[in-house]
Amino acid sequence: MGDYSSQTISHIDREFISDLLHKGERIDGRAFNEYRDIEVEVNVVPAKAEGSAFVRLGDTSVVAGVKVLVGDPYPDSPDEGVTMVTAEMSPIASPLFELGPPKEDAIELARVVDRGVRESETVDTKELSIEEGKKAYMVFADIYPIEYDGNLIDASSIAVNAALLTTKYPEMKVEDGKLIETGELLSLPIKNVAVEVTVAKIDDILILDTILKEEFVQDCRLTMAVDRNNNFTAMQKGGGSGPMSLELIDQAMDIAQEANKDLHKVIDEAVKSVE
Amino acid sequence: MSPEIKPDFLISPEGLRVDGRRPDEMRPIELKVGVLKQADGSASIRQGKTYIIAGVYGPRELHPRHLTLNDRAYLRVEYRMATFSVPDRKRPAPSRREKEISMVIANALKPALFLEEFPKAVVDVFIQVIQADGGTRCAAINAASLALADAGIPMKSLIPSVAVGKADGQLIVDLGDEEDKYGQGDVPMAIIPNTEELTLLQQDGSFTREELQEAMQMGINACKYLHELQKEALRRAYVKKTPDEEDDEDDEDDDFDDDLETDLGEAELMEDE
Repeated sequence: MGDYSSQTISHIDREFISDLLHKGERIDGRAFNEYRDIEVEVNVVPAKAEGSAFVRLGDTSVVAGVKVLVGDPYPDSPDEGVTMVTAEMSPIASPLFELGPPKEDAIELARVVDRGVRESETVDTKELSIEEGKKAYMVFADIYPIEYDGNLIDASSIAVNAALLTTKYPEMKVEDGKLIETGELLSLPIKNVAVEVTVAKIDDILILDTILKEEFVQDCRLTMAVDRNNNFTAMQKGGGSGPMSLELIDQAMDIAQEANKDLHKVIDEAVKSVE
Repeated sequence: MSPEIKPDFLISPEGLRVDGRRPDEMRPIELKVGVLKQADGSASIRQGKTYIIAGVYGPRELHPRHLTLNDRAYLRVEYRMATFSVPDRKRPAPSRREKEISMVIANALKPALFLEEFPKAVVDVFIQVIQADGGTRCAAINAASLALADAGIPMKSLIPSVAVGKADGQLIVDLGDEEDKYGQGDVPMAIIPNTEELTLLQQDGSFTREELQEAMQMGINACKYLHELQKEALRRAYVKKTPDEEDDEDDEDDDFDDDLETDLGEAELMEDE
């Protein structure tokens, strides 16, 4: 498919992709609002992680794992636990990723997926308190892209949600100042689930689930976390500095509200497969 | 979380290990070649509950430049564990342990490679541990060696690797997590199969000289078995399928399902059509 190691794309490819779009077609033959095939496998790290999922979105794949630890609650929210999402752009996933500490794009990915989880209150952190001001569960969801062919955000959002929804962790209690296991296995207190849908803008055209080549051509992208009630819980405009009109944003919201139903269905099916 | 409980014994009165294996028995091993589309070469390994993916990029231009070797390619190995691959969440930043293991893996693989074919370039080997259940450095070498072969890096041989150890006074092959943690010792090793020379050798724990010699011989035998598994995995990925093997219909060599002899010229002709 060509060499993108310098994060550029030839004028010929750029024009070709753009011309095709204006004719109503995409380079891989999908419709503008069509996702690639999505495969979700949960519990892929059964022996060590409390929850995990492997997601394949076409040739993009990510693995997400959840660890539930016991720690001290933050002083400003003593009766709450913590959820946190991180991502690492491991160079295994693409010739474009380099070794070294997380760069802007890895941090953006983690923060966008984190907001989707946190702002939709996927995990009810109030329910994570073990003893107020002393002990609470800390839920860490970490994302590792394994193959990068575009749209890491949506793939990661699906993976993190599937991992959180299938997490099982041992119940702990404080007795005589010591932490002990009660012997019960708990599921996370899930309040609301929102999945992220990313719409890319190329010229005045909006497309879903970009492959890498399309990502190079896009003016910008708009990521929207949409919950089961079709409400928006988080947004991020990124992936380039191209501006977006209110009208286009409105169209993008239509696309997101339509597409998120299928994503929720895919996640639910994967969760059901282990119940 | 998921606190670990120390088993009462590592070798049962019947002479079997915690997971029911005999002392010289390996865990079930599954090797797959070509698991990543973006990488130039890749392989995955499941060894018991250990699950690792290795990806190779290169030979390619080396950044930063000051690492350049003028007479050979630089073999850069990056061994990383996922935060959720271990019982307590690992901190995301690379640890000293990960850095040392990256280095010993590079040293284990290097003797088999013709790196002098690519002066000034880099061959990157990225190893991601998804689930760690003992023997990750050895499993990583098994997978990385296959990934290098998949990337077409010229090599004398694949490098198989295994850990031998001691538990309850008994020498055992291919340590699991509990045997690693609660056993008396651990000797990870890797060999060049046809010369039986060792390219990786580390040891923790107390062994007599005789025990060590026996352990290394057991390791060599296990590595030879692993070498057969590695060759088999490469064959599965590269040898043309016969028509009655229909398990994997999604890749392009399907076009050649029925032909017995394909040389390069013929393959090109068919692609042109």
